[in-house]
Amino acid sequence: MSAELRPKIIGARVRRVEDPRLLTGGGAFADDLGTPGALHVAFRRSDHPHARIVGIDCAAARAMPGIRAIFTGEDLDGLVKPILATSRMRNYHPTPIPVLARGKVRYVGEPVVAILGESRYLAEDALEAMEIAYEPLGDVVDPEQAALPGAPLLHEAAGSNILVSREFSRGDVDLVMAEAFVRVGGRFRFHRKTPVAMENRTYVAEYDRGRNFLTLTSSTQVPGIVRDALVALLDMPGHSVRVVAQDVGGGFGGKTSLYPEEVLVCALARKLKTNVRWTSDRLEDLISTSQAFDEIIDAELALARDGTILALAADVTGDVGAYSIYPWTAGIEPVQVVSFLPGPYRIDTYRGRVRAVATSKPPMGPYRGVGRPVSTFVIERLIDMAARRLAIDPVALRRHNFVSGDDFPYKVVTGLVWDHSSFREGLDEACRAIGYDALRSEQRRAREAGRWFGIGIASYAELTGIGSRISAAPGMPINTGTETASIRIDSTGTVTASFGITSTGQGLETTLSQVVAQTLGVRIEDVRIIQGDSSAVAHSTGSYASRSTVLAGGAATLAARAVREKVLRAAAHILEAPLEDLDAADGAIFVVGTDRSITFRDLARAVYSEMGRLPKDTREELEATKVYDPYFGTTSSATHIVTLDIDPETYKIRLHRYLVGEDCGRVVNPLIVEGQVHGGVAQGIGAALHEEVVFDASGQILTASLADYTIPAAGDIPPIEVVHIEAEAPSTIGGYRGMGEGGTIGAPAAIANAISDALAPLGIEITELPVTPERLFQLVRQAQAKAAKEQGSS
Amino acid sequence: MSDCHTIRVSVNGTSHECLVESRLLLVDFLRRDLALTGTHIGCEHGVCGACTILLDGDSVRACLTFAVQTDGCRIETVEGLGESDNLSPLQQAFRDHHALQCGFCTPGMLMTCIDMMKKYPLADDQAIREALSGNLCRCTGYVHIVDAVRAARDRPEESSP
Repeated sequence: MSAELRPKIIGARVRRVEDPRLLTGGGAFADDLGTPGALHVAFRRSDHPHARIVGIDCAAARAMPGIRAIFTGEDLDGLVKPILATSRMRNYHPTPIPVLARGKVRYVGEPVVAILGESRYLAEDALEAMEIAYEPLGDVVDPEQAALPGAPLLHEAAGSNILVSREFSRGDVDLVMAEAFVRVGGRFRFHRKTPVAMENRTYVAEYDRGRNFLTLTSSTQVPGIVRDALVALLDMPGHSVRVVAQDVGGGFGGKTSLYPEEVLVCALARKLKTNVRWTSDRLEDLISTSQAFDEIIDAELALARDGTILALAADVTGDVGAYSIYPWTAGIEPVQVVSFLPGPYRIDTYRGRVRAVATSKPPMGPYRGVGRPVSTFVIERLIDMAARRLAIDPVALRRHNFVSGDDFPYKVVTGLVWDHSSFREGLDEACRAIGYDALRSEQRRAREAGRWFGIGIASYAELTGIGSRISAAPGMPINTGTETASIRIDSTGTVTASFGITSTGQGLETTLSQVVAQTLGVRIEDVRIIQGDSSAVAHSTGSYASRSTVLAGGAATLAARAVREKVLRAAAHILEAPLEDLDAADGAIFVVGTDRSITFRDLARAVYSEMGRLPKDTREELEATKVYDPYFGTTSSATHIVTLDIDPETYKIRLHRYLVGEDCGRVVNPLIVEGQVHGGVAQGIGAALHEEVVFDASGQILTASLADYTIPAAGDIPPIEVVHIEAEAPSTIGGYRGMGEGGTIGAPAAIANAISDALAPLGIEITELPVTPERLFQLVRQAQAKAAKEQGSS
Repeated sequence: MSDCHTIRVSVNGTSHECLVESRLLLVDFLRRDLALTGTHIGCEHGVCGACTILLDGDSVRACLTFAVQTDGCRIETVEGLGESDNLSPLQQAFRDHHALQCGFCTPGMLMTCIDMMKKYPLADDQAIREALSGNLCRCTGYVHIVDAVRAARDRPEESSP
C-alpha cells in the first residue's frame, strides 16, 4: 500500500491503551501500592490561621497503641532542609516552607506534628491525644488589608506581606483614557478555587537500607521536579532517589508543586530505615492542596467610536496564601493575570500592575488555566461592556480588534508572542456552527416572552508548549522548556518508549503510542510507553502548562525518526535494496513497489541475535534518545459560546448549549482532545457558577468538605459541542499546539457574559464569580430597586 | 482485640471469613484486607461515589459502611466485572466512548450504572444524568459518560454485567 493510502494512526480515534486496566480495577494509583510493615503518617494540622506555637506535648499520644514515632518541626533539624522557591524576579520575597511548622503556624491546615503508627487508624487515633498550645497572632486574611503598611506580617523576614510586585507599562495610558470616546471598567472579583482531583494526594516512600535507595511513589504531575528537589533537600545522590507516578487520579495543577508531606515521608523513611506512607483524606485535600484564582482586579478599557481598542489599564491584587509555592512561586498565578490580560487583541497602550499578597490561607499554586481564566474573565467582560455601550455586536467588536493575518507573529505589550493561530477563524466557525444569528432571534422572542435568556461569547489565546526561551513561571530557575524521549527496539522487535512526563489521566500513553507507532512504522500494540518515572530519562519535569503533547510528542517524533533511520539502514543490508526504496509501516520494513519485506521482529533478531547477517561495523543498537525544545512555544486559541436561562423564581442558571471552536493544532486523537475540552469546560462551569473556597473573617476555612465546596455533577453540565479549527501549522515538531487547559480558560468568561446578556435589560454587569443564585438575586434586587427609584424621581 | 467480629461475606463470588474490627470501613476491608484496590476512596464522607460497590445488588457507599455490617452479604466490586482482555459490555461502552480519563472515579461510576440500569429505564439523557448525579467525575465533564451509558442502555441484551 502506498504511504498516502495507508491508514494514519496520528489523527485517528484510537481507543485508549490505559482503559483496560482502569476499567477493571487494575490501575496502579499510589495508595494501591502494597507496602507490608510500612508506617502510616497522620498529621496534626494547625487549627489556627496565624499563631505562635507555645508548646507541643506528645507524651499522651506517644503512649497510644501502635504509635511508633512522633516528629515535630524541631525534630527534623538536620534531616531535611526547608523548601524554598527562588526566582530571578525583581521585587520577590521567597518564603521558606518548613516541612513541619517551626515557631508559628500560618494557615489552618498547616502540618505541625507527624505521628507514625502501625496503621492509618492507629495513627489517626493519636491525633486527638496531642496537646498543642498556641498564642494567636494578628489576622492576615483580607489581601488588601494585609498589603497595608503596619499589617501583621506572616513572614517577618520578608518585611512585607507583598511577596511579588510587578508592572507592565507601555504608552501614556492616562492620556489615552482621558481622550477616548468611551471607557468601561470596574472592580472584578474571581473568588478562590481548589483543583479537587478525585484522587487525594498520596505519598509512599520505600527505603532500601541495603542500597540506601529511596523510591517515592507519588500522586504527582512532576516526578522529575520532585526528584531533583528531594535530592537537594535530603542531600542524597540523584541516582539513589527515584520518583514514580504510575496512575495518577487527576491533577489539574494541584499536583504540580512539591508538598511538605511528600518531603516528610521521604525524610522519615530514610531516618527510620523503613517504608513510610501517607494518604490524604478529602478534608486535608481541601485545606492543604494548593488553591487558585483568588484575585481582585480593577480594570478599565478605552475605545474609539468605531470600537477600536485604545488602551487597557488594570491593578491586580492576588491573594497567594501563606507561602510562595515550590517551584512556581507566589508569582505564577497573579503575574500571569496581568501578562495575559490584553488577550487576543491588538492593544498598544497598556498598564498592568500586580501584587501578590500573603495571607493565612493555603498556598496558591497553578490550577488549570493559571491566571488566564481570570484575565479572560476580565478582558472579555470589558469587551462585552464596551459592545453594549457602543451598540456594536460583541462578535463584530471582537473581530475588529483581534490580532489577525499579517499581525502574526504578534508581540503583546507584556512581551508574550502570539504565534499564528485561528483567532478570527475560531470565532467565525463557532458562530457559524452554533447559528449565532438565529440565537439572537431566539433571544428576541425569549425577551418578548419575559424570559432571562442570554448568549455569552469568550475568545482567548494561550501560550502553550513553552520552550526553554521563557520559564513556565516568571524567573523560575528550573528548565521547563525541554522534554526527553528514549526509544528502544529490543531483541524481540517490540518497542519501549520512555519519558519523564506523567499522565494524570489525559491519556498520554495512548497519544504518545500513536506518535511513536506512526513515526517508526509499527503497530500501536507493539509500543509500550514508560512515563511518570524520574529514572526513565536523564531529565524531565512533568505534565503541566499544556505542554505534554507538544514537548513529549516532539521528543518522541525526533527519537522515533532516529531509530527508524537505523532500522532502515539495517533493512537495506538484509533486503539488499537501496535505502531510499525502503519504507516501514504496520510492523514491517518493505521495498516499495515489491513484495520484499522484513518484520521488525525478524530485523531485531538479525541485529541483536543472528550474528553474521549484518556486517559487524553496520550493526547499530536500535535505540535513540532525543530532547525537544520548542524554544518559544506556540499559541492555542478558542472561542466559547454558551446560551443560558435564569429561573426568575429560584435564580438557578440553566445552561442550554455550549460550543467550543478551538485551534489546538494537529490533533493526535480526536477522542482525547474532545475529552480534554469537555473536562476543562466543566471545571470552568464550576468556577463560574458553583465553586468557592470560603473563609471567615479570622481565616477559618468554611468549605472543608465536598458538600460545602461543590464541584459540578452530571446534571450541572450541558452537552458540549467541539469544533476543531486548524490554521497554518505552528513551527512545533508534529504541528501540535497544547490543549489541556483551554476549556477552563474560556468558560467562566463566556458564562459571565451570557448572564450579563440575559440581564442586560436590567443593566446588570457580572463582575464577581462564582455567580451563585444568592449573588444573582441580590444583583437583580438592587437593579430593580435602582430602576424603581429612577422611575420615581423622573 | 476484643472489639473484633468474624464476618462471612461473598465478594465477587468468592467466600471470605475474616476477623474485622467494628470500626473498619468496608472500603478499607476491600482494599487492605482483600487487596481489591479497584474500589477507590475519594472523600470518605459519601459525596463523591468513587467507593460505590454493590451490596446484595444495590449500589452502596463503601466509605459509609462498616465491614461488620456486611456479614452474610453478597458484595460485588469492579474486579467482578469483565477482564481487561474481555470487558463487559458496560466497560466496553466506557472504552468506546472515552468515558474515563484518570479512571479514579470509574469503578464507582460503573457500579452505580449497573444498579441504575437495572432499576430505571434511563429513557433520556436527563434521566441518565440524574442517575449519575451521586458520582463525581472531575476529568470528563460527564459528556462521554452519558454517551457510554446511552449506548449500553440501547444494547440491553449485552449490558448485563
